[in-house]
Amino acid sequence: MAIAEPKIVYQRPTSLATRVTHYCPGCTHGVAHRLIAEVLDEMELREKTIGVAPVGCSVFAYNYFDHDYVEAAHGRAPAMATGIKRMLPKNTVYTYQGDGDLASIGMAEIMHAAARGENITVVFINNAIYGMTGGQMAPTTLPGMVTTSSPGGRDIESMGYPVRMAEILSTLDGAGYVVRRSLHDPNNIRKAKKAIRLAFETQERGLGFSLVELLSSCPTNWKLSPVDALQFIEDKMIPMFPLGDYKVNPEIGKLRV
Amino acid sequence: MAKKLYKGNEAFAEAAIRAGCEGFFGYPITPSTEFLEYMAKRMPELGRAFVQAESEVAAINMVYGAACTGKRVMTASSSPGISLMMEGISYIAGTELPCVVINVMRGGPGLGNIAPSQGDYYQMVKGGGHGDYFPIALAPSTVQEAVDSIALAFDLAEKYRSIVHILVDGNLGQMMEPCEMPPMQPLRETPPDWAVSGAKGREKRILSSIYIDPPDEEVTNLRLLKRWMEIEASEVRYDELHTEDAEIAIIAFGTAGRVASTAVRQARAEGIKAGLFRPITLAPFPKKEIAALAKRTKRILVVEMNTGMMLDDVSRVIEGKVPIEFYGRLGGVTPLPDEIYDEIMRISHNIDAPAPENPRMEWVTRLEKILEGEN
Repeated sequence: MAIAEPKIVYQRPTSLATRVTHYCPGCTHGVAHRLIAEVLDEMELREKTIGVAPVGCSVFAYNYFDHDYVEAAHGRAPAMATGIKRMLPKNTVYTYQGDGDLASIGMAEIMHAAARGENITVVFINNAIYGMTGGQMAPTTLPGMVTTSSPGGRDIESMGYPVRMAEILSTLDGAGYVVRRSLHDPNNIRKAKKAIRLAFETQERGLGFSLVELLSSCPTNWKLSPVDALQFIEDKMIPMFPLGDYKVNPEIGKLRV
Repeated sequence: MAKKLYKGNEAFAEAAIRAGCEGFFGYPITPSTEFLEYMAKRMPELGRAFVQAESEVAAINMVYGAACTGKRVMTASSSPGISLMMEGISYIAGTELPCVVINVMRGGPGLGNIAPSQGDYYQMVKGGGHGDYFPIALAPSTVQEAVDSIALAFDLAEKYRSIVHILVDGNLGQMMEPCEMPPMQPLRETPPDWAVSGAKGREKRILSSIYIDPPDEEVTNLRLLKRWMEIEASEVRYDELHTEDAEIAIIAFGTAGRVASTAVRQARAEGIKAGLFRPITLAPFPKKEIAALAKRTKRILVVEMNTGMMLDDVSRVIEGKVPIEFYGRLGGVTPLPDEIYDEIMRISHNIDAPAPENPRMEWVTRLEKILEGEN
């Protein structure tokens, strides 16, 4: 019996570089990177895309993608992306930012990029902690959550409450597409990919600011096994950060991808 | 082209447009705001980028991103705003990107006031941001010279992939003066070979200020230094007035230099051999030229609108070979020509006196007397 010609059903996206990861075992940054690369391939955007890397664990994001990249100062990626997009409006520009970068030091830049309706895409990794500096409290850290700078657990009396960025940003008229997804299981990863696709579709159609918040794991700093960390997202993070579509331009809502 | 009457800030903005500036990102601040207002109107008319940012922090980071595309981009601000920009300026320096930053300086520190000052000398000339880098710093003294310095600033920025700071003060930003605009330059059509534009048909490009392995950063610091030494060797600019035979040589930049020129002419009219050396590039500093000046003059008077910041640089060059004196006004006060003339006369009467042990200290004593008289 003749053997059927082998068919490739899964391979590294062209937009993803061949590079050994520096991320910790069980970290979902790698998944998020891959989803972006798959979307850029599918939409054939690689050759005109410029990424903006943040400061945080994904500070070296540019090493993992095979397209042009720049590296921003902490929190300033939306401003830097604004500068690029205004000079090269036909190019695709996206930022990749963590919660400390986007929701703490970069709060002003993200809010105003959205308010201006800046035609950029933001992939926002929310893992409720500062990873790169070793597990400090982030603006998204859950109440009671132990971090190195909230060693007794986040005390809402003195340290305040977590910030829900997708909800806040969705109130701004300049935002065209703002959703929250999670990377804790295959079903949700598929939904996350679709959201990233729609975010880039928003940009390509000139419909304003687009952001996908991705609930992500940090086993190292959460001091959990990779599997337990995924469970933590489902059990603890999703109740605080509900998944959903917070703002979808009707044109994007009608899109089938 | 005929001369036209321009307000300083508006003239600088038009000059930037004519020099091919394709992106302006700024935030309102007195006394530089008219620059932003002018750009707000003109840039969109020409299909070029203008954004009023949410802060100076965002503005300079927009400039940072825009500079990554290899186009001519800039911002303009004033002292407190420039302080906020120092983070981005350091990153731009670390990424070796060209851009132009204009500081219409005002009195400080802190909120200070909105009157003209030269108190940002250290910040603008020595760097101001963190890390090991060297900005080019130009200090024009008239609206026309500032207009002409903007095209030069863009040329230097591109030639050396460097930040160019232009120091003017509230006087130059706010005054109206006739000036001739340079012709409109064509825009650059192809981006430089380091710029990001999308990796079509080429390897991807990464623009970053990160060199995580110290030996890589060391090589980078060394590259920046060597480039700086090349700039020092070939880009020094200055202006001189009656310095050939001057017994009293004033060294002053920007507005202080301009006021001093009036005092020098007045002294010359009375037969006093005064002269003016005016650095146009504060960085690179005209070291050789000032050292040469020291050899042919009897006394040097440094005049600034600060507490003697350039005085330190002059002293380092002169190495005690000729006596140095200092005169400054502070906090947003511009010296009058008469004050500098009085200084020339004072020095002229004591031309062979021993060198002041501490020129700054002796000036403080004199200034305090003047302030008593003024109040």
